[in-house]
Amino acid sequence: MSRRARIVVVLPALAGLAALLAWSFTGLPGFGSFRGPYGILLNRVATPERHMTNVVNATTYDYRSFDTMGEEFILFAAVIGIVLLLREDDRDRRAEDRVRSEMVRSGGGLTVGIGVLVGLWVVAFGFVTPGGGFQGGVAVASAVLLLFAAVGYRAWSTLGNETVLDPIEGLGAGGYVAVGLAALASGLPFLTNVLGPGIAGTLWSGGSAAFVNWSAGIEVAAAMLLLYAEFLEAHAVPVMRGAS
Amino acid sequence: MSFLPYAVAGWICLVGLYGVVTSRNLVHLAVCLTVTQSSTYVLLLAVGYVRGGGPPIFKGVKLGTSAVDPVVQALSLTDIVVSVTVLALILALALDVSRHAGTVDPDEIAGMHG
Amino acid sequence: MSWVPPLIVAVPLISAAVVAGGDHVMPSRLQDAIGLGALAAVCGLGVVLMLAAQTHEVVDWFGGWRPRSAVAVGIDFAVDPLAAGVTALAGAVALLTLAYARIYLEQAARLFDALFLIMCGALCGFVMSGDVFNLFVWLELMGVSAYALTGFEVKEIGPLQGAVNFSIVNTIGGFFVVIAIALLYGRTGALNLAQIGQTLSGHKADGLVVVAMTLIVCGFLCKAAIVPFHLWLADAYAVAPTPVCAFFAAVMTDVGLFGVARVYWTIFAAPFGSHSSAVLDALVWLGIVSALVGAVMAFLQRHLKRMLAYTVVAHIGVMLAGIGLLTSKGLAGAADMLLAHGLLTAGLFLVVGVLVAWRHEGDELDLHGRGRARPWLGVLWLGAAIALAGPPYVGVYLGHALIDEAASGGGRSWVQPLLWLADAIGSAALLRAGARVFLGLGPMDDPLLSPEHGEKPPRRRARLGALTAIATVFVVAGAVVSVIPGLNWGTVAAADRFRDRVAYAKVVLHGLPVPHAPALRFALEHSTLESLLYGAGATVLALALAALGLYRRNVPGAAAAAVGRVLSPPVAALKAVHSGVVGDYVMWLVVGTAVIGGAWAITLR
Repeated sequence: MSRRARIVVVLPALAGLAALLAWSFTGLPGFGSFRGPYGILLNRVATPERHMTNVVNATTYDYRSFDTMGEEFILFAAVIGIVLLLREDDRDRRAEDRVRSEMVRSGGGLTVGIGVLVGLWVVAFGFVTPGGGFQGGVAVASAVLLLFAAVGYRAWSTLGNETVLDPIEGLGAGGYVAVGLAALASGLPFLTNVLGPGIAGTLWSGGSAAFVNWSAGIEVAAAMLLLYAEFLEAHAVPVMRGAS
Repeated sequence: MSFLPYAVAGWICLVGLYGVVTSRNLVHLAVCLTVTQSSTYVLLLAVGYVRGGGPPIFKGVKLGTSAVDPVVQALSLTDIVVSVTVLALILALALDVSRHAGTVDPDEIAGMHG
Repeated sequence: MSWVPPLIVAVPLISAAVVAGGDHVMPSRLQDAIGLGALAAVCGLGVVLMLAAQTHEVVDWFGGWRPRSAVAVGIDFAVDPLAAGVTALAGAVALLTLAYARIYLEQAARLFDALFLIMCGALCGFVMSGDVFNLFVWLELMGVSAYALTGFEVKEIGPLQGAVNFSIVNTIGGFFVVIAIALLYGRTGALNLAQIGQTLSGHKADGLVVVAMTLIVCGFLCKAAIVPFHLWLADAYAVAPTPVCAFFAAVMTDVGLFGVARVYWTIFAAPFGSHSSAVLDALVWLGIVSALVGAVMAFLQRHLKRMLAYTVVAHIGVMLAGIGLLTSKGLAGAADMLLAHGLLTAGLFLVVGVLVAWRHEGDELDLHGRGRARPWLGVLWLGAAIALAGPPYVGVYLGHALIDEAASGGGRSWVQPLLWLADAIGSAALLRAGARVFLGLGPMDDPLLSPEHGEKPPRRRARLGALTAIATVFVVAGAVVSVIPGLNWGTVAAADRFRDRVAYAKVVLHGLPVPHAPALRFALEHSTLESLLYGAGATVLALALAALGLYRRNVPGAAAAAVGRVLSPPVAALKAVHSGVVGDYVMWLVVGTAVIGGAWAITLR
């Protein structure tokens, strides 16, 4: 069908969908007046029971940690998929380093270090203040990516390559499941918190949910870096080589 | 006024779908998918909002103060991860397609049909 | 026993992490062993679970978070015999198809195995889950691994097109599921299926519930490839590596229907109870239309995998019609059809794999007569094709017979002939192809059939005998489904429990199992005369249509020409709809959702 014909058919359908959605929204409580039992219960009990002051992360890594395991594996599977899709038998991985300015290189290198530290801090304090494994992992990965932009491709490829990242990613993903299996092995349901809840408001809170948090952080950082590495090799390197 | 955020979510969803249907470029299409996905976050977070409630972080805050729903925030986090991963996959496919077919127009790569 | 469900999911996932993470340091034999071992474990645990769930649902709360005064705090797996059966089937199919893949595909990265393991684990998680957002997570995980596996042969444009269409349509389906979840959460404040059902059951259904049902059902139907959400399936199945197609056809597409059934009977049956005929009619009609469209499109193909893909659409349509009849017999019929059709279609895909590896062609006309040197393959193919037509007590007969009883019991006797007709047409396509390839019958060309790109054969010299043996296992298993003693009663009893929302809520939210007497009777049920006649009739019709397909240009006279003139515009239109362009597919998705939502808005007030 031509694009024009498609537009003619889809516009009324979208209008119909809009009407349906509007009709359904009239059944929702007005904005701001939601009083769902699940959320109210968690807000009330998460801090006293689990000693975690960040209830969102208590939900993500403790009460609903099984969902997070699935989500982590979605990232894992997608990265494996991308590595498979962008694979090439004879890829030339050499590339000219383009960054010439010493100031950019040293400033960039310093920023990479600071960025990684901030990312790790975000992961570590996930149960106390906003943050957590996913957010911190992405922050760490972005900081390391800065190596490519500010310091050079060679420096980036010492860290951003499969041999280094694959085991780390596998460790993160497998580690999450292993924490769950450890609970199972001690006779408790999968992913039960086997260590005590810890002390609220400090680095040590949440018990074994902290291990799950770190697994997620490690896995996300490694996965995002693998992703960047694949796209850089597949697309940016040929462009750089072509332009030099 | 109290249904405006939901209407915004609905609008974003439909605009994204229109973009997907009429797109001329796979990369643009992938981004339109992301736009549609962001409507789901807006809807989830709007549903969970409690007027006058603070964030569900209780460090230094007395227990029992009104806070917004934490569950939808956790759900949105998962949703964002899903969106990022699917976007990345489709972009990888777009890269492969451009290498083989020389084009990223979805209408022109339809080798199989009928 | 509640430690078994998490293991069914955890074992393949952690094995995938180990296999992928250790890709550069582990010997490949070890990786193979881990993968095959994990899938064997899934199958074994699935069988154990199926037996354990006979008396009461096996419920496992993750993290030990049990519900407090009927408010669910954590996520649960609530496993009934049907769900456990699907996990056992998935494990067995995955094990055999992974073994086939190890022999068939070139030594590609071990990452293939890892994705396969993840896909199987996610599927098992999907059918066992009792939490609606958890269902979404497993749906997406299945999807992501499937998209990547579809595009595996990256050197060709066909697989890329298939993967693009697959991923975009299914991702939008996933969005609709999330919007529905947001709506349901806004109304009930719960994510647990039993709890949502409990909260909604007291009240009349309003716009929100109707639209939520529309969106979540349409989202799952995208995965299940029901018309008009089915357009991606033929593109994807025609190009995915053959063992992957076999797994998709056997279990993955069907779990979309499982999702619809699960969500309907735990959440929506209560508020819509008295209006259920509106839901019923919509689902039954969608099923019938899909069955007929799939069957006719299959008949118009010459690319064997694309033909098989359309027969999958046809059988899924039959299953949806069975589910849509909203009775235990209908649901049981759909479950038995899943088993038979899944095994037989997977076997047929594997036979195509052998043909491609042997003759380097996957096209019916290009393979004309070239299959004669391996008669056993011909026996497998033609035998499976007949079994898919459902002659009495062979193959899909049992499922069809149960659906027939459900339809006539509900006063809808016009359903059965249409479903049997669809199966006959689909089998006719397969029989025609088999006759052409293995018996050399029929002309060398046929302009009615749509030509497609060829399939690239796998690079290594595959051991055809081993591949044929695996295909044989599937075809034989599928053919004997109708005569497994006690399967009939077992599935109907399991379907009864699947539909029982109150018992489900009791065991999940309150931990009070409602005991069920195990229904393991070892005997063959006598089916109605009507079904026997339909089964025999469908088989005869399939043979006749196959002959017509081969020799239609020999049919004399003006009548044949007139029929040709009448049929060619609709055929051309049907082919034009299946355009291969993703923009068109998404357009039909939106139109379909709007139409179904509109129909339910009018009939379910």
